[in-house]
Amino acid sequence: MYILVSMILEKGKRGEFFAGARDTFPLLIGALPFGLIYGALAVSSGLSVQGALAMSAIVFAGSAQFIAVGLIASGAPVSIIIITTFMVNLRHLLYSATLLPELKRLSHAWRFFLAFFLTDETFAVSARRYRMEDNSNYKHWYQLGSSIIMYLNWQFWCAAGIVLGSKIPDVKAWGLDVAMIVAFIGMTIPYIRNMPMIATVFTAGIVSLLTWQFPYKLGLIAAAVAGILAGMTAERVISLKKNVNKEEL
Amino acid sequence: MSIVDQIILITGMAAVTFSIRYILLAFSSRFALPQKVEKALKYVPPAVLTAIIVPAVLTPGGNWDISLNNAYLPAAVIAVIAGFLFPKKVLLASISSGLLVFAFVRFFL
Repeated sequence: MYILVSMILEKGKRGEFFAGARDTFPLLIGALPFGLIYGALAVSSGLSVQGALAMSAIVFAGSAQFIAVGLIASGAPVSIIIITTFMVNLRHLLYSATLLPELKRLSHAWRFFLAFFLTDETFAVSARRYRMEDNSNYKHWYQLGSSIIMYLNWQFWCAAGIVLGSKIPDVKAWGLDVAMIVAFIGMTIPYIRNMPMIATVFTAGIVSLLTWQFPYKLGLIAAAVAGILAGMTAERVISLKKNVNKEEL
Repeated sequence: MSIVDQIILITGMAAVTFSIRYILLAFSSRFALPQKVEKALKYVPPAVLTAIIVPAVLTPGGNWDISLNNAYLPAAVIAVIAGFLFPKKVLLASISSGLLVFAFVRFFL
């Protein structure tokens, strides 16, 4: 709806920029509680206030920040947290692969900035805009608008969470991290639509329970890798079976 | 966490995150993702998320706890059920039902 209205009313760079920002609005509200909770937990987990702010400002990856805070609290070493960040954020490679045909004509500076700001939310909103069949030359301004508003929103709520967290000393005991867990459940379910994905989820779950006591949270990485391999294997087996069936026919 | 550790951590996280987001765009026309990698990437999010969720729910605070004292457990179970029941609003259904159940178990049971 929003997109249609804004497209009819406005064209050009400015119009695209503000349309992108406006269409991202519902997702800003979605990011709000996570920013607050991240900020509140970050300081009690062992990050300094400056560290918590800096992480939001220069990493700018909600779920990775959330997980990092949890890992810091559990005493995981820096190297494991960075490897986990890498794995959690690998999905962004898919996003940039998807947007590549649209972005490759842009200058290096544009690609650099849009890459820095590429979050789940901005990807979702912008990919929809790129798919629309009008010949606007400024669709990347739409993505920039979405990017900037997401960024400012995230910084604001993280900072608010840090203030809040410092006012409530026992905030860790509230179990606020449950918000992350149920959100992750909601993010996982849409993937579970075919046999390979079921194999992935089951394998990752079982291996994570066999390995959760591994030192340095290595179990997390073992479980994730096992899940990925299980999915790929299942996919292979299924396609081989299909080929066999075809030959029999 | 020491200041030095924090600096290393945040720089490292920023570097890996930005590299993932930028690498394809940096080499744009000359570089395509190998098919095998693209296939594997599909499975990364559900695998990593599950590997985080399951131990967080069953071993909160670093100990096995399969009882009603563990409010994470019913919250997660309900979040899964709600997510499958409302395929068009999965995220909303999982988060709201999970949080409600968690709050209920924490404060009333």
